[in-house]
Amino acid sequence: MKSAPDVALGPVQSGKGDPGEAEVAPEQGFMRAIARDTRLAFRSKGEVIQALVFFVVVVSLFPLAIGPETALLKRIAPGVVWVAALLSVLLTLPRLFASDYQDGTLEQLMLSPFPLPVMVAGKMGAHWLVSGLPLALIAPLLGLQFGLDSRELGVLVASLILGTPILSMLGAIGAALTLGVRGGSILVALLILPLYIPVLIFGAGAVETVAAGLDYGANLSLLGAGLLIGGLTTPFAVAAAVKISLD
Amino acid sequence: MNIYKYASPATFYPLAGRLIPWFAVLAAMLAAVGLYLGLYLAPPDFQQGEVYRIIFIHVPTAWMAMIIYLVMAAYGVMALSFNARLSSMMMEALAPTGAMFTVLALWTGALWGKPTWGAYWVWDARMTSTLILLFLYVGYIALTHAIEDKKRADKAGALLVIVGSVNVPIIYFSVKWWNTLHQGASVSVTSGSKMASMMALGMLVMALACWMYAIAVALARVRAIIIERELENGGAANWLNTLNTQDKRQLTR
Amino acid sequence: MASSAVARDLGADEFRAEGLSLSRGPRGLFKDLSFQLRRGEALILRGANGSGKTSLLRVLAGFTTPDAGALFWNQQCLKPLAITSRRLLFYVAHANAIKDELSALENLQDALRIDGVASAALSPATILHALDRVGLLSQRHLLARKLSQGQKRRIGLARLMLVDKPFWLLDEPTNALDAEGVELFAGIVNRHLAGGGMACIASHLTMPLQGTSSELKLRASA
Repeated sequence: MKSAPDVALGPVQSGKGDPGEAEVAPEQGFMRAIARDTRLAFRSKGEVIQALVFFVVVVSLFPLAIGPETALLKRIAPGVVWVAALLSVLLTLPRLFASDYQDGTLEQLMLSPFPLPVMVAGKMGAHWLVSGLPLALIAPLLGLQFGLDSRELGVLVASLILGTPILSMLGAIGAALTLGVRGGSILVALLILPLYIPVLIFGAGAVETVAAGLDYGANLSLLGAGLLIGGLTTPFAVAAAVKISLD
Repeated sequence: MNIYKYASPATFYPLAGRLIPWFAVLAAMLAAVGLYLGLYLAPPDFQQGEVYRIIFIHVPTAWMAMIIYLVMAAYGVMALSFNARLSSMMMEALAPTGAMFTVLALWTGALWGKPTWGAYWVWDARMTSTLILLFLYVGYIALTHAIEDKKRADKAGALLVIVGSVNVPIIYFSVKWWNTLHQGASVSVTSGSKMASMMALGMLVMALACWMYAIAVALARVRAIIIERELENGGAANWLNTLNTQDKRQLTR
Repeated sequence: MASSAVARDLGADEFRAEGLSLSRGPRGLFKDLSFQLRRGEALILRGANGSGKTSLLRVLAGFTTPDAGALFWNQQCLKPLAITSRRLLFYVAHANAIKDELSALENLQDALRIDGVASAALSPATILHALDRVGLLSQRHLLARKLSQGQKRRIGLARLMLVDKPFWLLDEPTNALDAEGVELFAGIVNRHLAGGGMACIASHLTMPLQGTSSELKLRASA
């Protein structure tokens, strides 16, 4: 009888672990998930940049379609920037789970000792870092083209920083539900865009109110509240959706 | 265990079959009474004249559009927490009816809007949120049809409707908020005004008629869905064949 | 002392599947399937393509809800994807979560991080040693895109050496591996079993497994 080759093991003794003994800190799982996805996104920078360019191009189309009249452009600027941000985030949603679904990473996340909601929350956070945040950072440039003043630009950036994470969260639900489904990306748009409407209203509304010289605090507070509630609830919905899609 | 037994499609199928005629007849009778109340007995509105009478269709359908979505969400909770197949089938059966009521509400709203507001469509808070509700229905139908595996489609649809129903009040609130921000387009419906009791009664009866219709249609559709799925599973032979004789026995009883 | 520790471990815990049934559409995959597995034991799943090996592994992992039946760990019902099962079970399928954009080393590190291996246990020396054992030490900085299928599999083997979960569920783990790789794999599994681990492996190959291993033949019912 042939003896199997000797396999030296590292300090971790495989197989001895009794399920339930080791402690895993959820925040550690969150950090591991966010670090992994951010690194992956930076390895394929092309996609991140494409979404950003898409955002800029869509916003630039409006003056061409509507005309260069400054007063009108200034009036529609908040809505235009926000709609473009919505569409840009929507375009990036498929890559949130698609490759992890194909290569089996999602199964690994489900069997990870870290809770699945924590891991998907990390993925959502990474998604925002590479899709929503860049939009918020480049938005002042576009706002300038539309004649917004510095105060309005500030509110625009604030509304995008508060609002785009919600887009990632709600979008993740749609992306998880449509994993591996034919025509998935159009379907995601159909499922998720109606849910984006409140974010759009409060986000664009914040800039409009400040432009009208009114108090914009309420709009931003509502976005903040949405962000908080979304952050606490959507990871569970996304985790449930992932489980459903892998059943 | 008992609940599972009664919630099983095999037991529900004949039960639904027996209930459908009752609900259908009730729906027809209530509709006849409601239309008689609304179109003949109710007095013309002192401002709008005869035009307002479309509310006897418009308001009940708008109610149903909202209620059916909430009922679907309730079934969705049951489907996910008890893994109940029948709940998912009920959702699937209700969705087209809900979408139809939503379209009717929008349509009648537009028809009413033309003579009263001068335009078929205004971005009024209620009409806008009803339109978004239609999108939610369409989203559910599209998702459940796109997923081939029925088990997965059921659960995915249930989760989507639950998420959607949580968002419905937020959407409604945000649209109202948006509407007050843009004063220009806002048109308030003269609800709450001294509505003649006959009008209120007519609307109520019509709403009941819509309820009965929705239940009858949903039950008929769920029967079709049960057969469809049993045939797909190839397990139909066991109980579907015995149904005809069962139905006959119950009818003669 | 070491031998007594093993003796305590072997046969101490028990995994049991009871009355598992699963059908996909009109096709019944398996019906009323029961088996049990103790520490140190392996179960090899056999059967033609489409006989339900993958489906059974997915049921054991908790991804798929069976039509009937339940899983038990030491007489206690093992709830799918609950924390106990997540600490117990390790699952690798055809697609073994290798990212083309990451190097072999990064892939291994990331996989172990997801597996919940403590940061302290992820020392460079340990990881490099494992990569050396599977013959990827010199290619560790190469992007996985540039590795062959067999080499990607070997990243998975390195992961097997380091992961700390008792019950392995492996779906065709020897696919794309050469003869030496298969032998290496068998060695890792033997080591795992000898250390009180358990495994359920779907495979076409006969592997030189030591210790108690049994076979389960699956045949899809029409």
